[in-house]
Amino acid sequence: MKARIHVSLKPGVLDPQGKAILGALESMGFDGVQDARQGKLIELDLDDDTDADTARARVDDMCRRLLANTVIEKYTIDLEG
Amino acid sequence: MKAAVIVFPGSNCDRDVAVTLRDVTGQDPRMHWHADPDLPEDLDLIVLPGGFSHGDYLRCGAMAAQAPVIAAVRRQAQRGVAMLGICNGFQVLCETGLLPGALMRNRDLTYICKDVHLKVVTTDTIFTSRYDPARVVRIPIAHHDGNYVADLPTQCMLEDEDRVAVRYCDAAGRVVDEANPNGSTANIAGVLSENHRILGLMPHPERLADPRLGGTDGRALFTSLLEALS
Repeated sequence: MKARIHVSLKPGVLDPQGKAILGALESMGFDGVQDARQGKLIELDLDDDTDADTARARVDDMCRRLLANTVIEKYTIDLEG
Repeated sequence: MKAAVIVFPGSNCDRDVAVTLRDVTGQDPRMHWHADPDLPEDLDLIVLPGGFSHGDYLRCGAMAAQAPVIAAVRRQAQRGVAMLGICNGFQVLCETGLLPGALMRNRDLTYICKDVHLKVVTTDTIFTSRYDPARVVRIPIAHHDGNYVADLPTQCMLEDEDRVAVRYCDAAGRVVDEANPNGSTANIAGVLSENHRILGLMPHPERLADPRLGGTDGRALFTSLLEALS
């Protein structure tokens, strides 16, 4: 089973890297982009015999304790397979 | 004064702070490897040094905050043992939740290594009692992720409880945005825990605590601690 964890900054937290991406896109002539936010994608390969509920609970625990800093970040978890 | 410096893989200011502690206190600190969960119980001060623990991977200080020694650090924090986190040590303290807020990528995205001016906001602490609040101090910073972020309620709490220890300012002592090197909320360079026994700061006082290094403005932090903890 694969877990895909998408970690991104909470709304309202300034994102200097997102701002730089937005600036670069504008300087390249891509108009129509209102904002850019940068996050990260973490992929985990889990034991195949784990059931989805257990896997989700465990990955959620991993997110809260290590993978995301919930002071500034939020996360979503997608399980596959 | 019995001090321990926690050494993580990637710490690189552990020896600098050890040299300063030895110089100021006359005693060698214990250099304590992060993987050893047994931290001595008779410590007066625990230092989390600067550096790039675990390569700054994932987030600065995130993996160090899960190190085997951290359970003992938390227990001793509850007991009121004094703790000093410098630069990466500040990031680790925020990641453990022992200090509020978080440290993000610098506003201008660049690694900054230079002397900055600081205003000591409160001298009513074991870390800053020997500073003259009227005098601007000069201490170096060296970081890529020193942009202190705290939401408005946290910021208000820090102000109300006199927990902002130092702020970035200009040479005249004015706390203005032009003197903010990294975009930190309200120019905050260092914060205290609720009981004022834990300080985390981005500037490196240990790097300017000896006249041979070009200045001694960082030294008073260590002499303050010596006076309070001996």
